[in-house]
Amino acid sequence: MDEPLVRWDWIARNWDNGGPTSVKVLLENHIVMAFVPVIAGLLIAIPLGLACARYRWLYQPTVGIMNVVYSLPSLALFSILLSVTGLTQTTVIIPLTLFSLAVLIPAVVDGMQSVPDHVRQSAVAMGFQPMRRLTRVELPIAVPVVLAGLRVAAVSSISLVSVGALIGQGGLGYLFIDGWQRQFYTPIVVGIVLVVALALVADLVIIVAQRLLTPWSRRRA
Amino acid sequence: MITFDGVTKRYADGTVAVDDLSLEVPDGAITVFVGPSGCGKTTSLRMINRMIDPTGGRILLDGKDVTAVDPATLRRGIGYVIQQAGLFPHRRIVDNIATVPFLLGWDKKKARARAMELLERVGLDPKMARRYPYQLSGGQQQRVGVARALAADPPVLLMDEPFSAVDPIVRTSLQEELLRLQSELHKTIVFVTHDIDEAVKLGDTVAVLRVGGKLAQVAAPADLLSDPADDFVREFLGRDRGIRRLGFVPAKNLALDPAPEGVTPEGHGTFNPARDSLRAALDAALLSPDGLAVAVDDDGRVLGVVGEAALVGAARG
Ligand SMILES: Nc1ncnc2c1ncn2[C@@H]1O[C@H](COP(=O)(O)OP(=O)(O)O)[C@@H](O)[C@H]1O
Ligand SMILES: [Mg+2]
Repeated sequence: MDEPLVRWDWIARNWDNGGPTSVKVLLENHIVMAFVPVIAGLLIAIPLGLACARYRWLYQPTVGIMNVVYSLPSLALFSILLSVTGLTQTTVIIPLTLFSLAVLIPAVVDGMQSVPDHVRQSAVAMGFQPMRRLTRVELPIAVPVVLAGLRVAAVSSISLVSVGALIGQGGLGYLFIDGWQRQFYTPIVVGIVLVVALALVADLVIIVAQRLLTPWSRRRA
Repeated sequence: MITFDGVTKRYADGTVAVDDLSLEVPDGAITVFVGPSGCGKTTSLRMINRMIDPTGGRILLDGKDVTAVDPATLRRGIGYVIQQAGLFPHRRIVDNIATVPFLLGWDKKKARARAMELLERVGLDPKMARRYPYQLSGGQQQRVGVARALAADPPVLLMDEPFSAVDPIVRTSLQEELLRLQSELHKTIVFVTHDIDEAVKLGDTVAVLRVGGKLAQVAAPADLLSDPADDFVREFLGRDRGIRRLGFVPAKNLALDPAPEGVTPEGHGTFNPARDSLRAALDAALLSPDGLAVAVDDDGRVLGVVGEAALVGAARG
């Protein structure tokens, strides 16, 4: 018998079946595990990035450490953390936060470097005190570069959550394992479509935010 | 008045950017610091508003040592204009101009009203107010830079090569605009440039600096051109000093001869003795086939003529 790629009746039955593996619950978990790391990463990356931009000698070691962390397989990190945080979402969230830091710290540093020197100098010359210069001039000008980094961090976080399925906390990633084990394609297709849709929506939200926050930045042709 | 009293700046790497500079910058006039690149012009300027502190000597603003004043407070009372304008890309033009009033805690409405007034004052269309800096040409940005520096009506204006990055035609109009503004505002202006023509055009006083941060000469433009202190200044002034000096001698003292029968402004070079310089009068004579420069008044009426020989005589003084 010819098996169709997508069995719509499966989707209808499993979208919201009340169980812990209903598609809706998996989607919700996926969203939480993808976005908490990005938000946490941003909150940590701003002070660290500012410190690196201010004290240049900090930058290379910080980026070095971040790149080493980034190169570790996510599964290895999950396994290490399992003994500490167990089979919880935290076990996925912590490594993904580290990964997003690897993208966001350089983004904050690059953002600060994108502030033209003459703009910084004229802020000083007009009598901005350091803190006010940072919050009113430098950070706002850094926003486009930071948001570009945030797009990368958000999309990769959304895709990486799936790996957590191997330790039972992968959001939509569960659908891939389930489908694979049963040689049944519908969950896999549903998982892929939802992950991609989630990534597109997140990207779009950030692009719209950028348009609204920085109407002053030169539009690309 | 700004007084440089034996000011020296030695950077951490040992570079002496300014060496024992003593100079008075008079109130209500334009003092130009001119010299080749690296001669310490920017350093000198930035020591006035404490963006750089001297390593020796003192700078007095109205008799008070600037290093005794809180830097931010000092700077809010000193306008500053730089080459790339340094506008804030994320703020609309009106808010860029209102920067210092905002810092001083003015009411928002009052600050913006003041900004609008200055926008027009520097010759920009009020429609520009809502734009962002990237939507303006280089010359327009420079005008906004000047308006921003004037916003809180500071008595002192520091300008660091403000017109160097724009094309020659725009530069000329910006220079004329500055002179026009200055004739209304009478600010104490320190203007830095590497361009000697700009220096003699704008300066009431010109201070020539040489590399190593030493003062070579301070003089009014005409005196600088006629009596350079040494070879360095002479070379820096360049060619045609004699002719260029005539640009600073007014033509109003020329003795005019009655115009011969049939001599009209048509076919002759003309000058206006009330406004023009001896240089313009000489140029008018050179443009006339018979060597007569025709003097005309504001309404174009012929006042008389001057011949080449008389002009050369007047030029010799
Ligand atoms: N921060 C600095 N550290 C060391 N040397 C400097 C610094 N800033 C300027 N200089 C040096 O001081 C000299 C004068 O510089 P500057 O005042 O910028 O000259 P100008 O504006 O006339 O071109 C130059 O030799 C320059 O290289
Ligand atoms: Mg300079």
